[in-house]
Amino acid sequence: MANQGSMLKVRGVNINLARAGSGRPVLFLHGAGGVAGWPPFFESLSRRYQLLVPDHPGFGHSDDPPWIRNVPDAAMFYLDFIDALQIDQIHLVGHSLGGWIAAELAVRDCARLASLTLIAPAGIRVKGVPSGDSFIWSPEEAAHNLFADPALARRMLDAPVSDEEADIMLKNRYAAAKYGWQPRWFNPDLEKWLHRIKVPTHLVWGAADQLMPVAYCDLWRERVAGARVTLLDNCGHLPHIEKSEVVATRIESFWNEVAV
Amino acid sequence: MKFVSFHLMPYRPLDLAEAAKYRSAWVALPNRFYDPIKGAEEYQTYIDHLVAGEELGFYALGVNEHHQTAYGLMPAPNLVASALIARTKRVKIAILGRALPLLDNPMTVAEEYAMLDNLSKGRIIAGFVRGIGAEYHSTGRNPYFSHERFHEAHDLIVRAWTEPGPFTFEGEHYNLRYVNLWPRSYQQPHPPIWIPSQGSSETVVWASAPERKYPFLVTFASADSVARYHLSYREHARQYGYEAHGDQLGWAAPIYVGDTDQKAREEAGAAVETLFNNFLPMPWEMLLPPGYTSMASMKNLMKMRASLGSRPRTQTAEELISSGTALIGSARTVRQRIEEMRERTGFNIIVALLQFGILPDHLARRNQERFAAEVMPSLRE
Repeated sequence: MANQGSMLKVRGVNINLARAGSGRPVLFLHGAGGVAGWPPFFESLSRRYQLLVPDHPGFGHSDDPPWIRNVPDAAMFYLDFIDALQIDQIHLVGHSLGGWIAAELAVRDCARLASLTLIAPAGIRVKGVPSGDSFIWSPEEAAHNLFADPALARRMLDAPVSDEEADIMLKNRYAAAKYGWQPRWFNPDLEKWLHRIKVPTHLVWGAADQLMPVAYCDLWRERVAGARVTLLDNCGHLPHIEKSEVVATRIESFWNEVAV
Repeated sequence: MKFVSFHLMPYRPLDLAEAAKYRSAWVALPNRFYDPIKGAEEYQTYIDHLVAGEELGFYALGVNEHHQTAYGLMPAPNLVASALIARTKRVKIAILGRALPLLDNPMTVAEEYAMLDNLSKGRIIAGFVRGIGAEYHSTGRNPYFSHERFHEAHDLIVRAWTEPGPFTFEGEHYNLRYVNLWPRSYQQPHPPIWIPSQGSSETVVWASAPERKYPFLVTFASADSVARYHLSYREHARQYGYEAHGDQLGWAAPIYVGDTDQKAREEAGAAVETLFNNFLPMPWEMLLPPGYTSMASMKNLMKMRASLGSRPRTQTAEELISSGTALIGSARTVRQRIEEMRERTGFNIIVALLQFGILPDHLARRNQERFAAEVMPSLRE
């Protein structure tokens, strides 16, 4: 189990950072839903690595500074954050919104990265294939659209929510809107710079993703030279939750191959 | 008392049973439900209805802005205002309002209101709103920045109206090297600004500030909520060090005057139910997109919703009448309801929605005439 997280102040912003394990640093950037608990995926990765899971500015227990207004701001902030942690040779992993932030970071500066893993990342747009509209979905629709397995959707809907968790969920939803409402889940100025990603890159995608349809995976693969792809059948937008074991295994074997 | 004959211009030919199969009459209702032949008739009838309000003695005719919905057919209310100006002489035209955060360049509103003010020789009342939650879906505007954009757009428009141009506007959302309004507004320093609101404590604090003193119109709320917001406005005014005038407090409600309470309910009951149960409803995700309200207000709303439990979303005419959300009854009853509110809050502006939901033309016309003849006179002084 990780600690609950402790506050790290970077550029005046308190960031809640959960850590577990030791070894080569892995920085995980969460999706628009934030971090809920400590899922088996984190447990797996932290066995052989030092796993770092921050709440993004505006999410979870972190501050929401008014000057961080969009995903490029968040990416620049995480470059400062990495400097402050004084870590190097990082395996950067980002899911959905976090994948978008990770890619924006990588096009700016890959110097401290050993590799980049993008799990169903947001950030670019495939014309003619709109991403799912997670802001208009009811909670029931969201659960069923995020998971391929209806049983997992049911479990998410039936999970009890404490008052504190409800407050965090609301805060996360506000922050998600700040970063992703318009244009919906992409930055028109990102795709043209993806060739700047100079580290080994791994795309992990659920074939049944209804938020970021698999056509998006194809465009990422075209734009990021030599990207490896792990495509998972019967899997929705949360592969690290829905197929945690296989995703953790694939990511670790990718790291083993690319580590120098 | 000031009386505004206000219209939403709903699309009455809507197939309500078919429309109910969609998420809402907003955003998601396919526009194949709109028949231009029938819709054009609606515009003509509605504009005739409003124009008749001048001879009936209303202080103002009111229109407003809504997008991508059968609830109201005025995505560009200034176009309707322009038609009203051409057909009237004295009555004021209240545009209640334009939704400022949705704009790419608020100068368009400064310019259009100024034009209308010139065309009407000073008859424009300028309403400013943030738009309904659904409109952040239909326009794509980010609700997280709704309040910021509202305040910045407001400041830009008022400065454009009042400060000698050209000047430079330097904002977070709006940056204009040259602000130099042509034409300037006819009314000086600028047209009156009214703030319609479904009730937001932040808006009360802002509107009542001494440098603004904007009339605050509470729309579609129970009588108790209306009174609460009026009294809260008065309280904030006192904290600012002044006593609010009744002209700063308004109440917008569907109103229907019949021969008797019973007759009025028979004639208008079904129509008011369609307003609240067919045209207006939208799911939570559309109504309150993230950032549209402050997080504190949102938490209160969520608690209220939780305490209501699994209550059906429909409201009967009886409920709407007994809560005072709709004023439906004999002239005497309607007058009494308004007098009661005046005694409670001293408010002085009534924004009367005299056609609502599927209410047909002949009833809407007669309603407006009766309201003018049997309700307004004794309240006017």
